Amino acid sequence: MSIMAAVIEVTLNTTRDVLPIAVIIFGFQFFVLRRVPANLTAILWGFGWVLVGLSLFLLGLEWCLFPLGRLMAGQLTDPAFIQAVHGVGAVNWKDYYWVYIFAFAIGFSTTIAEPSLIAVAIKANEVSGGAIGITGLRISVALGVAFGISLGCYRIVVGDPIHWYIISGYVLVVLQTTVAPKMIIPLAYDSGGVTTSTVTVPLVAALGLGLSETVPGRNPLIDGFGLIAFASLFPILSVMAYAQLSEFRAKISRKKSGQ
Amino acid sequence: MANTLRKLLKAMLGSLRDLMPIFLVIVFFQFAVLDQPLPNVGELLVGVVFVVLGLTFFIHGLEQGLFPIGESMATAFARKGSVFWLITFAFCLGFGTTVAEPALIAVAAEAADVAAAGAMIQPDNASKERYADGLRYTVALSVGLAIVIGVFRILKGWPLQWLIVGGYILVVIMTIFAPPEIIGIAYDSGGVTTSTITVPLVTALGVGLASSIRGRNPMIDGFGLIALASLTPMIFVMAYGIMI
Repeated sequence: MSIMAAVIEVTLNTTRDVLPIAVIIFGFQFFVLRRVPANLTAILWGFGWVLVGLSLFLLGLEWCLFPLGRLMAGQLTDPAFIQAVHGVGAVNWKDYYWVYIFAFAIGFSTTIAEPSLIAVAIKANEVSGGAIGITGLRISVALGVAFGISLGCYRIVVGDPIHWYIISGYVLVVLQTTVAPKMIIPLAYDSGGVTTSTVTVPLVAALGLGLSETVPGRNPLIDGFGLIAFASLFPILSVMAYAQLSEFRAKISRKKSGQ
Repeated sequence: MANTLRKLLKAMLGSLRDLMPIFLVIVFFQFAVLDQPLPNVGELLVGVVFVVLGLTFFIHGLEQGLFPIGESMATAFARKGSVFWLITFAFCLGFGTTVAEPALIAVAAEAADVAAAGAMIQPDNASKERYADGLRYTVALSVGLAIVIGVFRILKGWPLQWLIVGGYILVVIMTIFAPPEIIGIAYDSGGVTTSTITVPLVTALGVGLASSIRGRNPMIDGFGLIALASLTPMIFVMAYGIMI
């Protein structure tokens, strides 16, 4: 029963990771607030579900998604594959187009499945009284991540210094903040941080490492990092754009109904 | 019981829909671009079932456990009215959830390798370990501080963008002085600190606080804790790189 053993092992590991959080939460609950929450049983069950769910999720990823993703990242960045795409002669940055497409596709699809983004989207939908759609928010974040990772891969291929990209990104964020609807700004800033967790980080790290190992002149120790920063920056822009678009559409429909 | 089952079933359909894009991408690249067969089909299928079940259970538990406790604590702190305990709790939550974060431990170890390769520290294991631990506590401290600042902001009603833009300017200035080896890691460390369990708790805390304090709008004041928690590690990691 190796499956059972693996499940138990991963659950124990997750429990160890969650334990400090649980100690802090329940410690403060009982010793500082000195109140038992009304629905304690349901909450404890909820923690149980989270624990089991996260363990199964991680284990499943470890078995199906991560090995395949790593394998693909390796194969797509393999010099032999790139040379085959290019044909004869020296390779330039355009020949990595399958890498960019893969980066876009895997960035988009892993973000859609990211549990913490689902959590924030549920909350945002609830708080905004339905004005912010769960699916709309998740798709705009995913598009931002997808674009960010593709651009990050391009950066590794051409070898530009990372800070110029990130600093220009910041300038764009600041400029867009001045025109975006006030209501969306905190949520947009938050979306940068939530996109990169359980599903996205391991795959993206594999892609960055694979690229920086195989592109001539790159040092995996230095150039392999930075993709996550790209993936945290661009969702801020895309979520603000999503809110601007919604506002624009609402204005148009108001005008139409006014006539 | 039947109700829970029905909810789980509905959530499972949602999970399937959420995971479909990944499967399509993998299948397309495996067959159409790379032209390779799938390895270990049996293990893959078990993995897929686990992923779907796991996401379903997690979302269910989120709505049952993490969101309610985060919110009820926020309300309870607001009612208690003790800023000291609220700030202490905020710091513990930020520090405690980050210091044991597996992604951070991995990144800190890699950063130590980079530092050793760049001759910033001695290349032996003891100094690497010391460097990695120092980095880990630095990041955890910075996240604890970020949540404290964020909670304080909610209490005071400061606009988030000034804090974030100020932080960005600090990041840019520090980038000039930080050793080049650390920059990529510093930028990445902002993204790895916010784990799957921390995010729902912290979000529920912020939204709960903003909803229970009069004059605060949960949409404008409730969000933003995660953003701060992803910003401060960049500043602190570069500071760590400059000091060592």
